[in-house]
Amino acid sequence: MLGALIIVFREVLEAGLIIGIVMAATRGVVGRGRWIAFGVLGGVVGAGVVALFAGAISEAFQGAGQELFNACILGVAVVMLMWHNAWMARHGREIAAEMRQIGNDVSEGAKPLTALAVVVGLAVLREGSEVVLFLYGIFAQGTSGLSLLTGGVLGIIAGAAFTALTYAGLLTIPQRYIFSVTSWLIALLAAGMAAQSAQFLYNAGIINRMGETVWDTSWLLSESSLFGQLMHTLIGYVSQPTALQLVAYIGTLLSMYVLMRIARYRPEARPVRV
Amino acid sequence: MRTFLTATTFAAVVALAPALAQAADDFTLTIKDHKFAPAELKVPANKRVAITVVNSDATPEEFESHSLKVEKIIPGGTKATVRIGPLKPGRYDFFGEFHEDTAKGVVIAE
Repeated sequence: MLGALIIVFREVLEAGLIIGIVMAATRGVVGRGRWIAFGVLGGVVGAGVVALFAGAISEAFQGAGQELFNACILGVAVVMLMWHNAWMARHGREIAAEMRQIGNDVSEGAKPLTALAVVVGLAVLREGSEVVLFLYGIFAQGTSGLSLLTGGVLGIIAGAAFTALTYAGLLTIPQRYIFSVTSWLIALLAAGMAAQSAQFLYNAGIINRMGETVWDTSWLLSESSLFGQLMHTLIGYVSQPTALQLVAYIGTLLSMYVLMRIARYRPEARPVRV
Repeated sequence: MRTFLTATTFAAVVALAPALAQAADDFTLTIKDHKFAPAELKVPANKRVAITVVNSDATPEEFESHSLKVEKIIPGGTKATVRIGPLKPGRYDFFGEFHEDTAKGVVIAE
């Protein structure tokens, strides 16, 4: 039972971290609960569908279907996160000002919500499909199915609790810093996802360069440890990164920065010092 | 703009995929009773290697390795190709995430 609990917890944890950050990033935006719920729901349904077609996905594109699928999902999530951060760079100040004036009632927020709902949905879909396949395996094995299933359910609950904890933790950040903190978190999250996506393209045999490992810090922190896994999800920590992963990571951070600068620029307004 | 660029890049990349796919070397791992056979697989160092992983169990398994940077689900009764390397000479652990207590193995690059 404990084994099932840990595996399911680990999968739920990754999606949960992302949901926690998205919740904090949209704090005070009207209708965000509904959008995030849509995202989660869509992700759960998607996870079931993906698990059902796992075999077909694997065999597609000469056996590289799963890698391409994952690379694609991560790529879309990266674009959505960039869009969100650019949008926030442009409108964040107004939202913060409005929130101070009229409490938590902000009307202008529909755009990044769709983007973030998609991010939540994709995260749940990716991790959820693994949970579904794993639990299916347990069912298929029969014997001690019930205790393993209990473990699985407890794992989901523990993962959900962790999401709540992440959110509560982020909420302790004072209101005037929360946009910049969540923007940073989202930028690092996106960079980590881009590196993962690039690695999937490499594994698919589409990118065939820069696959050499650049350094090894697994003696310091391994991704197998819980903290290592947290850092992997949160900031894209990889103990043995390849040149390709580094390029994708840094490239995403730079593009994000440039995009946010462009979004912030308003010719008609007086320059405001940050 | 970036969305467009990404989409274009991806389309180009997908179109090129078959042309770039490399010839697979003959390395095979079999999963049976949630164990890998062979548990130690020797592969050449400093070159890309394709390993065919055959899952002869009825249940799905996830072939995973942090040091090999692979994460791949293999449904029950199917096989999948895992591309790794180029590796420096050394030992690289892998495991089956869904049955981590029994499904363990190591790739030895030399």
